[in-house]
Amino acid sequence: MSILVDANTKVICQGFTGKQGTFHSEQSLAYGTQLVGGVTPGRGGQNHLGLPVFDTVSEAVMATDAIATMIYVPAAFAADAILEAAASGIKIIVCITEGIPVLDMLKVKASLTAYYPGVRLIGPNCPGIITPGGCKIGIMPGFIHQPGRIGIVSRSGTLTYEAVHQTTLNNLGQSTCIGIGGDPIQGMNFVDCLELFQQDPQTEGIVMVGEIGGTAEEEAAQYIKSRVTKPVVAYIAGTTAPPGKRMGHAGAIIAGGKGTAAEKWAALEAASVILARSPTEIGSRMLACLNA
Amino acid sequence: MNIHEYQAKQILNQYNIPIPLGYHATNAQEAQQQAQQLGGEAWMIKAQVHAGGRGKAGGIKKANNLNEVMEITNNFIGTSLVTHQTGGRGKPINGVLVENPTAIKSELYLSLVVDRSKQRIAVIASAAGGMDIETVAAQTPEKIVSQTIDPIVGIQAYQCRDIAFALGLAAEQRQQLTQILFNLYRLFLDNDLSLVEINPLIITDQGQLLALDAKINLDDNALYRHSELAALYDPSQEDEKEHKARQFDLNYVALDGDIACMVNGAGLAMATMDVIQRQGGEPANFLDVGGGTTAERVTEAFKIILSDSKVKAILVNIFGGIVRCDLIAEGVIHAIKQTHTQLPVVVRLEGTHVDKGKALLQTSGLAVITANDLDDAAQKVVNAAKGMMP
Repeated sequence: MSILVDANTKVICQGFTGKQGTFHSEQSLAYGTQLVGGVTPGRGGQNHLGLPVFDTVSEAVMATDAIATMIYVPAAFAADAILEAAASGIKIIVCITEGIPVLDMLKVKASLTAYYPGVRLIGPNCPGIITPGGCKIGIMPGFIHQPGRIGIVSRSGTLTYEAVHQTTLNNLGQSTCIGIGGDPIQGMNFVDCLELFQQDPQTEGIVMVGEIGGTAEEEAAQYIKSRVTKPVVAYIAGTTAPPGKRMGHAGAIIAGGKGTAAEKWAALEAASVILARSPTEIGSRMLACLNA
Repeated sequence: MNIHEYQAKQILNQYNIPIPLGYHATNAQEAQQQAQQLGGEAWMIKAQVHAGGRGKAGGIKKANNLNEVMEITNNFIGTSLVTHQTGGRGKPINGVLVENPTAIKSELYLSLVVDRSKQRIAVIASAAGGMDIETVAAQTPEKIVSQTIDPIVGIQAYQCRDIAFALGLAAEQRQQLTQILFNLYRLFLDNDLSLVEINPLIITDQGQLLALDAKINLDDNALYRHSELAALYDPSQEDEKEHKARQFDLNYVALDGDIACMVNGAGLAMATMDVIQRQGGEPANFLDVGGGTTAERVTEAFKIILSDSKVKAILVNIFGGIVRCDLIAEGVIHAIKQTHTQLPVVVRLEGTHVDKGKALLQTSGLAVITANDLDDAAQKVVNAAKGMMP
């Protein structure tokens, strides 16, 4: 078991024949992902990486039975790509693209919530989702993962890799890892992922990596307190970040005194979450906790 | 991206949101001419910088005659204004806004902002205008009212009425507020804002609502479709190093410490700063070199880091995913040779081709200090900055 995706998940790629789409499709195929085709408007009927190219997502879905998509189209067209996927029957939409205008995402979010409640959007501006040994949808380096017991959910790409690396070194492995992305308006949030990890029998512990900006970590803390019985280890980046400055991610900003790391640490501590005060401690804290 | 008050007011004016008549001037003569054109017996001279808190910091002054207009403008232009939002060095004043003073009956607060937790645009209003909304939120949260807007149907009249009644407005002002909110919502969408704040929105002695101050933040990610707004970018209001980094598409934020860092990924870059502080050091900057890092980008990043004279040591922390560690190692070696830096450099590499990367550093003949994990790296760089070499 795992969450959302596994070795049987059929995946297509939007922005398939572009540079990013091509490179990461090759990587996903090499990892063993069931990538069954791709979409580039105007290039339908061609072959790319030995797979069929379609003009539209709905054609791709009809021909391949894909239920998941990974999106690598440029930021100006990404909101359109997400909505096309949802309208075409795709259930899991992974949007890697960085730099989508916030108001585009507001519309996407409202439309998905109102008309496509069963659709899961991961991202945008994220590394994607991976179930080790089965399915890699995204830009993460596959080789650092190992099938195992820990579910990982994170707002940051490279910090996810840190958490993965350490859980692999400690021989815990990962059930599924999800990067929910660094944008202010996003698809799945911490609570959505925690709920799935809590239900998943393969997942014995959960690592949560947050950062400054917004209140998603505080909402997660509330949820953990009332609903999550599995051990959760958390790390929050940005204790030293100055207020009012955007720290790389569009969503990583302390605005109006809100969204500080201190508030998030305090909320998580109050929810009895195990705190890793340095990312280097994530693996060892989780190991100690599962062995206790 | 931020813009100046006078630019924000021009945009409000385009959307029929009432503002005081005013002119922007970049020198004393111009200011005097503008004041003459405005007429009246007194003028407000408002320093144009990208920061709030200007009033308390002495950045807004009243002139009672045309000589004072010139004098005040002369004293402003070419200096820097330090407010509670600017940091110690302040922001340079290159222009002023000249307006007539307005007779104020009462002051309100009004803003539209993207509410992250509700994932919608929110209207925030308060009868306690003229104060920092953060202060109002902390001290008298009951004075703040808000409404969130459903993007599918847009702002509704009942929402405007709810706010107007909550603010205790009379019938005449209720109608004006509704009109302002409809226009403000359209302005927000048309221009891809992340914030528009009118503080204070005043009621004049004639009963008119008027935007006495205005602040607009634009969504950087949407500037590609607003070239006329992108052109309002004012590099003089940005940190010089941050401005340079922006040109190379590097995410850089200047801080006060003496340990520079270069990291791939925004989250890991913040974590690196945090761990440096945990080990007793102070970070000099945030720097995310991003995913597609090349030797040239590493070199540019080093140049920006080294242009900060406070820096005593450098920490490079890379978790290679798409980025290969051997390429990063080559980049670091190239950058050290190019910049001739004598500062201690600690490098922590992990991920794709890590062994090749470490081997390159060891055989480079340079005195690069290698580290095994982030804690180890931070400890070594903190010691190095204190002059303790391993």
